[in-house]
Amino acid sequence: MTRLGAGGALAGCALGLAGAFPALLGAAPTSVRLPWDVPGGAFYVELDALAAAFLVPIFVVCAAAAIYGAAYLRDRAADKALGPAWLFFDLLVAGMALVVIARNGVLFLVAWEVMSLSAYFLVTFDHEKESVRAAGWTYLIATHAGTAFLLVFFVLFGCEAGSLDFDRFAAASAAGALSPSTAGTLFALALVGFGTKAGLIPLHVWLPEAHPAAPSHVSAVMSGVMIKIGIYGLVRALTLLGAPPAWWGWTLVALGVSSGVCGVLFALAQHELKRLLAYHSVENIGIITMGLGLGVLGAASGSPALAALGYGGALLHGVNHALFKGLLFLSAGAVLHAAGTGEIERLGGLLRRMPRTGVAFLVGAVAITGLPPLNGFTSEFLVYLGALRGTTSLERGAALPSLAVIAAMALIAGLAAACFLKAFGVVFLGVPRSAHGERAHDPGRAMTAPMLALAAACAAIGLAAPLVVPALAPAVRVASGLPPAEIEATLAGAASSLWMVVGATLALAALAGALALLRRRLLRDRPVASAVTWDCGYAQPTPRMQYTASSFAQPLTSLFSALLGTRMRVTAPRGYFPREASLASETRDPWREGAYRPLYASVTELLSSLRWLQHGHIHLYILNIALTLIALLLWKLA
Amino acid sequence: MIALAVSLLHTLVALTLAPLLLGVINRTKAFFAGRHGQPLLQPYRDIAKLLGKGATYSRTTTWIFRAGPTVGLAAALAAAALVPFGRVAAPLAFAGDLVLLVALMGLMRFCTVLAALDTGSSFEGMGASREVAIAALAEPALLLGLAAVARDSGTLSLSTMFQHAAIDPTTHVGAAAALVVAALLVVFLAENARIPIDDPATHLELTMIHEVMVLDHGGPDLAFIQCGAAVKLWVLGALVVQAALPLPRATSPWLTDAAFVAGMLGLAVVTGIVESTMARVRLLRVPQLLVAAGALSAVALVLVAR
Repeated sequence: MTRLGAGGALAGCALGLAGAFPALLGAAPTSVRLPWDVPGGAFYVELDALAAAFLVPIFVVCAAAAIYGAAYLRDRAADKALGPAWLFFDLLVAGMALVVIARNGVLFLVAWEVMSLSAYFLVTFDHEKESVRAAGWTYLIATHAGTAFLLVFFVLFGCEAGSLDFDRFAAASAAGALSPSTAGTLFALALVGFGTKAGLIPLHVWLPEAHPAAPSHVSAVMSGVMIKIGIYGLVRALTLLGAPPAWWGWTLVALGVSSGVCGVLFALAQHELKRLLAYHSVENIGIITMGLGLGVLGAASGSPALAALGYGGALLHGVNHALFKGLLFLSAGAVLHAAGTGEIERLGGLLRRMPRTGVAFLVGAVAITGLPPLNGFTSEFLVYLGALRGTTSLERGAALPSLAVIAAMALIAGLAAACFLKAFGVVFLGVPRSAHGERAHDPGRAMTAPMLALAAACAAIGLAAPLVVPALAPAVRVASGLPPAEIEATLAGAASSLWMVVGATLALAALAGALALLRRRLLRDRPVASAVTWDCGYAQPTPRMQYTASSFAQPLTSLFSALLGTRMRVTAPRGYFPREASLASETRDPWREGAYRPLYASVTELLSSLRWLQHGHIHLYILNIALTLIALLLWKLA
Repeated sequence: MIALAVSLLHTLVALTLAPLLLGVINRTKAFFAGRHGQPLLQPYRDIAKLLGKGATYSRTTTWIFRAGPTVGLAAALAAAALVPFGRVAAPLAFAGDLVLLVALMGLMRFCTVLAALDTGSSFEGMGASREVAIAALAEPALLLGLAAVARDSGTLSLSTMFQHAAIDPTTHVGAAAALVVAALLVVFLAENARIPIDDPATHLELTMIHEVMVLDHGGPDLAFIQCGAAVKLWVLGALVVQAALPLPRATSPWLTDAAFVAGMLGLAVVTGIVESTMARVRLLRVPQLLVAAGALSAVALVLVAR
């Protein structure tokens, strides 16, 4: 079963990549349109450069996750039927691919639901656990709330355009059939519907619940690529809605800034590795949305350079985030698999025991922090460049969002560095804090190979950045609708900067190599001793005396405590010979606690007043049905 | 080609002069304390002495601890190749190099902190924790300040953005320039672990920030760390000096070079005076100082965006 499921996914991904790559590089779009007996529906699919920019990461990450998952789930085969898990995994991959190429509203929504529902069944893989069921439930409600908005979006757009085909949508807005208020309403609907899938704050509450609950290879797919489908939907909706007004860009930048900053702050306050990574997805979606916002502002203010850099940065960051977040979730899964826990405070010293996993996680951490020479820097560089261009070229008022993006990106970079130094430093460095980590070891090759492949992809995009960025031009052209010459000129300009970045990186590598040789030579004939870590001469240090992750994050979490609302339970040591002392901190999501919980509580209360209808007497139900039928018949006859 | 050679030569001069700034700071502090003080070239001697020593490693550490200082110094050197020397453009100058500069300093910090955490020491963890918190708040101030200069000059490269016409201090642009200099000075002091943010001369592990992170390093590794610290001092100092000192355009290159070096030494004297006359602020107040610096940068950006 595993062989069939994982092998099928792998073969499908390989086949899909072969088709998606030429489209990404600018091959003419190809489309297929088949009749379909659904009202308003048509099996209408098209592969263009924008779709390919999302298909490529989908196929790469899903292929890696399939290989990894086959080994990851192997020892679960004893107590679980793996058939359904693989069925839904394959359905999820197929659903995502179909969403991206669908060009008809009905087909899009069907594919969307296939994707969302198969993800639900994957999240609830360990459904024996109460917490997993609760996470699945949260996800199911969130995804359907989002779909509800999309339903209205497509129906409303369909009414204006007279068809549910996307090209008719685009034709309607190009012909000016949409009034500004209708276009604004459609934009807001798309923003809420797709924003829920993407995990934009404040629509993110399902994300930190569902992603950690799923098996790790599924978390990699969900966090790496499924939330990107929300971004794809938003970009596609923008292409269908025609020329954007500036306030759309302002809204996107504001949402991006709040998601980015709050996402990384919440990540910093987490104690569980996968939950921390899930909040980082919120942060990176924020960065992507900031890029989109800059792109929209550029399109609205007639600045093609800003638009190209904004859209280009957003699309490339989508690809990059898929790679490094997939990598990080797979490495976190290996830690979970080997140590039996993802609680950061219980781990430590894993780099010695799991060297390959450690290196994979480190590569992911450097990439997500946006440090050169890896791919995270490349896409953040494009967004920065866009924001700087916006700051230097736009009028006073219009320059404000760019200013906000620069400040937010700089703050996010610092906070993300703090968060991943905390995660890597506490989990992989030092000595084990509990018995969990002591017997851990690297997983087999079937699990390390996908991790190392994704790590290599992160490095390759970073080092080949000057070649990758101009290749984005076809996708940016579809997304922004700008003339190709201006996009190509802007991206070529960015690429020439990136050649210098690569030069600096190579110089850095050469210098580091030279210094390492110098160091080795200097130390060759000299005494090199081993000792204990400096502990002020204390006689009996124990592993528990190491700095903890919570302590590491404390200066920042206490600084932003107004946003985080961290709860502390402290038992202070008392007396001269204290017997016990403890401190526990917990950071719950304030949106979940403050907004959604009261909202859903009141909805439940409201609807429970209808409970009397559900009394369990079947004969009365039948009577109700019969009465309704008669009433309808009478209404029809009259 | 000749321009590149001149740039590289100037970068080499900058790297050679970098430890001298530390010597000047120490002499200034000694002067204020009424001491004779150490020789001006003492930092060079310290580095040479450390390079001649063996090393002791904690049994807890891994390759991360050994690689940290090496990669950190390489990152600092690469950063130095992005910073102009007075009127002379940097060897690597391109649109957006300020972003790479900030990222390279981030990489350097990443290496130092990882090496610190590799020891499993609580002291070093504490220092690392404070370092990343300070850096996270200093980075927006730095980038916003540089963005203000970029907006005013209309270019996105460090090598050209400080070289526009002399600023008239009576206009709003002059006011913005003053704000940028103030913000960059705070970032300079914070990133280089100087008073009022951190005290490089303290002897209590609990109160240190930067120094405690390198407690376990010795020998050539510590020499690399000290070289890196000196280069970082020069790199950030060069930004402050060039923002503060609009060098006249049409004078002889020797004169502008001399003026720039004099500016750097002047900055070292100012740092020494700050260290001698100010107390270190409480750790809890450090974020306020850095957020204030960020606010100054933002106000400067709004002013020049008028």
